Amino acid sequence: MSTGLYSTSSKDFDKTRDLTKVKPYGDTMNDGKTQVSFTLPVPCNDEAIEAAKQLLYKMGFDQPQVVFYKELTSGFTFFNCYGNTSHSVDFTQIKVQKVESTTWSMAETDEFIKKHIGRKVVVVGASTGSDAHTVGIDAIMNMKGYAGHYGLERYEMITAFNMGSQVPNEDFIRKAIEVEADALLVSQTVTQKDVHVKNMTELIEMLDAEGLRSKLIVACGGPRISHELAKELGFDAGFGMNTYADDVASFIAQEVARRMKNK
Amino acid sequence: MQKSKIGLDVEKVAKAKERAQQIAVDVQQFVNDYTTVAVERTLCRLIGIDGVDENQVPLPNIVVEQLKEQGRLQDGVLFLLGNAVIATGLNPMEIAEQSAAGGIDLCSFPPRSAPEIHQALKPFVDKGIERIKTNRKRREDMIAQIGEGAKPYIYVIVATGNIYEDVVQALAAARQGADIIAVIRTTGQSLLDYVPYGATTEGFGGTYATQENFRIMRKALDEVGFEVGRYIRLCNYCSGLCMPEIAAMGALEGLDVMLNDALYGILFRDINPQRTLIDQYFSRVINGFAGVIINTGEDNYLTTADAYEEAHTVLASDLINEQLALLAGLPQEQMGLGHAFEMDPELENGFLYELAQAQMTREIFPQAPLKYMPPTKFMTGNIFKGHLQDALFNIIGIWTQQGIQLLGMPTEAIHTPFMSDRFLAIENAKYIFDNLKSIGDEVAFKDDGIVCRRAAEVLDKACALLDKVGKEGLFSALEKGIFGNVKRTMTGGKGLDGVRKKGVNYVNPFISIMKNY
Repeated sequence: MSTGLYSTSSKDFDKTRDLTKVKPYGDTMNDGKTQVSFTLPVPCNDEAIEAAKQLLYKMGFDQPQVVFYKELTSGFTFFNCYGNTSHSVDFTQIKVQKVESTTWSMAETDEFIKKHIGRKVVVVGASTGSDAHTVGIDAIMNMKGYAGHYGLERYEMITAFNMGSQVPNEDFIRKAIEVEADALLVSQTVTQKDVHVKNMTELIEMLDAEGLRSKLIVACGGPRISHELAKELGFDAGFGMNTYADDVASFIAQEVARRMKNK
Repeated sequence: MQKSKIGLDVEKVAKAKERAQQIAVDVQQFVNDYTTVAVERTLCRLIGIDGVDENQVPLPNIVVEQLKEQGRLQDGVLFLLGNAVIATGLNPMEIAEQSAAGGIDLCSFPPRSAPEIHQALKPFVDKGIERIKTNRKRREDMIAQIGEGAKPYIYVIVATGNIYEDVVQALAAARQGADIIAVIRTTGQSLLDYVPYGATTEGFGGTYATQENFRIMRKALDEVGFEVGRYIRLCNYCSGLCMPEIAAMGALEGLDVMLNDALYGILFRDINPQRTLIDQYFSRVINGFAGVIINTGEDNYLTTADAYEEAHTVLASDLINEQLALLAGLPQEQMGLGHAFEMDPELENGFLYELAQAQMTREIFPQAPLKYMPPTKFMTGNIFKGHLQDALFNIIGIWTQQGIQLLGMPTEAIHTPFMSDRFLAIENAKYIFDNLKSIGDEVAFKDDGIVCRRAAEVLDKACALLDKVGKEGLFSALEKGIFGNVKRTMTGGKGLDGVRKKGVNYVNPFISIMKNY
């Protein structure tokens, strides 16, 4: 399997970085090296390996290599593969919708709320619908936070209510009214067949029906959630992977202040 | 306890167990006086009432709802069925069907004496008991005939939502080396106050637990067991609002392992504490009798609370769970008490602390097939590092001789496992279990080193916590958020309206038969 890796033959592609044609980087600019693994529902034999290679060609890989294969159970073969992708993207043309706020530390956010809002900000969070996982909402809300980022409960100027998991949208809204929330946080961790989209859409529709939507900041978060998806579903912001309580708290503080100013 | 490898104070352990026993006895005194709708539905199932009406409502639910509506829940379903059997000459299933159709009012028959009811129901009670005994014997015979995997048992999950697809995944896992297949339940089933009926092919994040699904998977695993020459255990979940019902269904269909923990339901599913502790008692009586290994859910505390700081809450809860199980007649050999490898990977010497806690748990519950849970909280989507975290977890599993190793998947936090994820996880575990087979016998811990000191510290803190819980009682401890930092009140949560104090007519012959087996 060493033909590609240790080849001394000259590599006949352009090795200068061109942001209009960005490709994966293995160990040389523009080599396009990519690792892929998948399982095919066929028995393990020479034809299976050829099938994997052909699939890699169709995925746009040159010089596909099947470096490991193993029959997982009768009729299913697992492959680890490498290839050089023939595709590239124009990095200069990429536009991503982002949460428009600056991320501050806890102290900075508390200070900002004191100065510009002048009262505690009330946040209600829950993992709603059928989702039984609290890991996401806990990471944002619990005192301890996650990976060194303190949760909203620890903020001096935030009153945080964590309702836990499997909270029906009705109960969630009732709580928001009861505690006069400024912001609602919805966590969706594990979802199947896009049930999270249905559930989040329902929340927005219910808030609309109650005339509450414009009075509240509504944000969502979870590994499958992007800001773009959140906006599409009618949320004010979406927090995906690698975002923490500071991101959420900064956004809420700035948004509350902005709305106060616009009143 | 044998001589401790980590210098555990044997007297402290004995004292901790005494305190835990007192806490459990207090809970049990409360539980003895009560029944629930789930317990009553369980009794329906055990004497042969099954099936659904034209609206897919299970007959046990229809029968028990009628009792509840007529204010007769405190009498218990067996008293009323006994009266009905004597008056009509029909069997319990026929009575349930006619009562569902509106032809019979279950509560309308003249009351009979306890001995008469006992006599009338005996054939049906015996039949249920015999069926469970047969299943237990099936397992024992199969293990004697073809053997089983060495401990730690390799436990993997399947979670496709479709029982037939689950079978495909389970067979693959068994052939790759799994010893236990857990069929994850669909999201939210723990909060249903009924058990769905029949084979199911739709679910979210898992597959409905139904008696037919149990049967389908049992058959498949028995077949593959003969093929691979190893008994393959089947695991499901009797927790939530149908705890004892699912225990009964599992016992009737020959399941081997059941998640079964009231504390878990209270803390993480907000189920009413009274309801689920009453339900738990009967479910553990059934599991004990059926030879089912229960798994407790203490590992989950560490998904919300910090694994280093709150380790003693896991131990304290394991100690209480052990005593609650003993009171239900469930032997130590069937107690898969839970704990987990959940410390922050950034923690210096974290591996040593995990090792200390696993060895400590092993020594405190020497007969129990401890259930050891993999890292989940700090799995990030970096599958390569995740595979390594799982490897460290597996090293501790074999080193400290855990009973059930719930394998971590490199793709934890991304998706429910692909067939290839399971293969990689099993390969990882088998490699390590084999390469480090005797490490626990070979390597001794340094006197007063990091490991010994950590174990002593956790035990001390657990003792102090049990003192506190002992003084206040378990219900009050729950109200204060001692476990998993979650607060639950005695009257809060789901399912309280299904709880009743037992009346004078109440009978449940299964408890004494099962506990005295």
